[in-house]
Amino acid sequence: MATTLGFHIILACFGIAFPTVVLVAEFRGLSRSDDVAMLLARRWSQVMGVLVAVGAVTGTVLSFEMGLLWPGLMRTYGAVLGVPFGFEGIFFFLEAIFTGIYLYGWQRLPGWAHFWTGTPIAITGLGGAVAVMAANSWMNSPGGFTLSHGKVVAVDPWQVFFNRASLYETPHMILAAYMVVGFLIASVYAAGILRGRRDRYHRLGFGIPFTIGAVLTPVQIFVGDTAARAVASQQPVKFAAIEYVTRTGRDVPEYLGGFYVNGKVYFGLRIPYADSLLVGFRPSTRVTGLDSVAAADRPPALTLIHLSFDAMVGLAFLLLLAGLWALWTWRRRRGLPRESWFWWLGVICGPAALVAMECGWIVTEVGRQPWVVYQLMTTNQAATTNGGVIDSLTAVIILYAVLGVTTLVILRMLARRWRRGPQAEAEAGVPYGPPAERREATGREPA
Amino acid sequence: MITGLVGGILLAGLTLYAALGGADFGGGLWDLLAGGYQRGRAARQLIDDTITPVWEANHVWLIFILVVFWTAFPAAFAAVMTAAALPLWLAAFGIVLRGSGFAFRKEVEALHWQRVFGAAFAFSSLIVPFFMGTVIGAIASGRVPASLARTDLAVWTGPTSLLTGALFVAVCAYLAAVFLTREASRRSDDRLRRYFARRAAIAGAVSGALALATLLEIHSSDPALFHGLTHRALPLVIISAACGIAVIAVLATGRSHALRPLSVLRPLSVLGVAAVVWGWGIAQYPVLLPGTGLTLTSGAAPHSILVTVVVVFAAAVLLVGPSFLLLFSLHGRQLLEGEKQAGKG
Repeated sequence: MATTLGFHIILACFGIAFPTVVLVAEFRGLSRSDDVAMLLARRWSQVMGVLVAVGAVTGTVLSFEMGLLWPGLMRTYGAVLGVPFGFEGIFFFLEAIFTGIYLYGWQRLPGWAHFWTGTPIAITGLGGAVAVMAANSWMNSPGGFTLSHGKVVAVDPWQVFFNRASLYETPHMILAAYMVVGFLIASVYAAGILRGRRDRYHRLGFGIPFTIGAVLTPVQIFVGDTAARAVASQQPVKFAAIEYVTRTGRDVPEYLGGFYVNGKVYFGLRIPYADSLLVGFRPSTRVTGLDSVAAADRPPALTLIHLSFDAMVGLAFLLLLAGLWALWTWRRRRGLPRESWFWWLGVICGPAALVAMECGWIVTEVGRQPWVVYQLMTTNQAATTNGGVIDSLTAVIILYAVLGVTTLVILRMLARRWRRGPQAEAEAGVPYGPPAERREATGREPA
Repeated sequence: MITGLVGGILLAGLTLYAALGGADFGGGLWDLLAGGYQRGRAARQLIDDTITPVWEANHVWLIFILVVFWTAFPAAFAAVMTAAALPLWLAAFGIVLRGSGFAFRKEVEALHWQRVFGAAFAFSSLIVPFFMGTVIGAIASGRVPASLARTDLAVWTGPTSLLTGALFVAVCAYLAAVFLTREASRRSDDRLRRYFARRAAIAGAVSGALALATLLEIHSSDPALFHGLTHRALPLVIISAACGIAVIAVLATGRSHALRPLSVLRPLSVLGVAAVVWGWGIAQYPVLLPGTGLTLTSGAAPHSILVTVVVVFAAAVLLVGPSFLLLFSLHGRQLLEGEKQAGKG
């Protein structure tokens, strides 16, 4: 499940944010008759086609896995989780339908009509994200239902959907999706610019997505900071794991980095009072520690959680730095920086955003352990009793590794074909044969 | 009352997935059987054009079914997912291979890679309906136990399961061939029209034979379901058989001329398949998981959840219905193509 999710979350980001990026490029292309922006939009939408297909199937596998791996969870809480997933179903339907229209409507639909068929994709992508995050945050902050003898007897869909944790988790994830997509696309073009392809196509291909990512970074840092404080009050044990707070108390120090072994922190940079300051803006703020619950109820792999959190925050500031650098040169001389240092940074930004997002996901998921539904159901109770789980998981990991590598190779191939010029593009994509014969072969006549 | 409504929603989802998704799977089957790359090129091109813009949307019906199932009938969902884990895993793998294989094939240039991805797409189009069929067969024949602890990985290998699996494959092939016949005739491609009409007739006959065989098998192994099918659901069984025979008759007579009768093929074939799905549902009503005592009422989620499911479904019909019509009408008017030429600029 973790593998599938860890993989699908990347594709989900593209599902949420990529349409917006493509639409921004198309809008620019249409409104300013900018051919370069138009070309970018078309090519990006072709990439989107591949990613949407892979995302659609990995998403389906996820809904299978809900039952295959977590029958215990579904039997008790399936009815509750169904509420957000039901809405997600509608959003995904609309997304798939309009993606079909948008991706394949380039040729025959008139310009602005085509643009407007794309806007529902961007909106439903957001809606889907809200729905899925409602389900995930519900697991962190379960509520809105009545239990009787271990069975759910009544559900308040409204409270399930808008649970306390969704208020900060949802914007955090949506912003992350936009940043990951923006910075990842930008780094592709940054790499091109580093290799000397400094034409307008590459500058614009970098500029549009990078601007989206960079503008959202400070917002994300603010939202993330709010989220951390909410976790400190709502899931204190998770917060204690994140910050290595062993004992409840005041004047709690903050550790940067470091390994946690048997209740002690090694090699960490210790900043006195900082953690209490961050939680309550005063050194005397009381922070709940790991000792507040029995050892069995504490998350495992504290070092992983803590380092993931630090990595996420550190990388966010790296992204902020890249954005500020670009902003500074833009204000000075209306152009992107010329230093190759900046472009190296631009190349790193994409993977950095991706790693930061995955780290955040590790923090929230591993940090919730041993609970799958916070303080109500443990992961062991939820998991399947079938044998062969390890076998199926191995198979899943192999399949996804192959799938991931293939997707990357295919996208590389697309890029190389684009670089060879329009001739190569026109020839491409014809299954099973030389292009010239194709029209006669299918006997197709335009309607 | 409301549980029956939610059961109906589940059946409606199954019907739509069987009719729309099934045709897409069947397209993969005909792709698999189209022969070498020279000979099969025209058929593959038509299949590709027909499936491309719509398969993802059609595929969402599966997610819809799963979500409604687990929301409205969580205990039965957990039982099915545990007992039939193996075929469901295999179906899930098939789904991944199929979607990604199909998407990748369009983007690669080298013929051998097109073959690899094409094979992944086509072969998994065969296994996904088969394994899903075995799961439905296992449910219908009462082999899924209600308790999660008492599982047996072999629940799906009974004769009813295997027959249902084969039936699913044949029905997918049949639907796809009918749809493709219609598509070819609209493109005035006589050769492909005959090509798919022949295949539609064969697949239809095979589906009919398999349906009959399944019915005979049920007669001895599952008298309760057989009784339901031959009494309460008898009208639907008759409708289904009549539709199948009518489609084959039109295909046989409409060979040389007259495109008009071809337009009734699609509704007829879909009606035939829908009658089978609803026939199963009505024959087994109000039992949810045969052999376990779980009924639509006893296995249902709390009332408020069922209301939510109905509301969500109503919203889906209002929002998704018109969007689907838009997609299908644009696709039907051949306004959706040319992603391949997208980069031309």
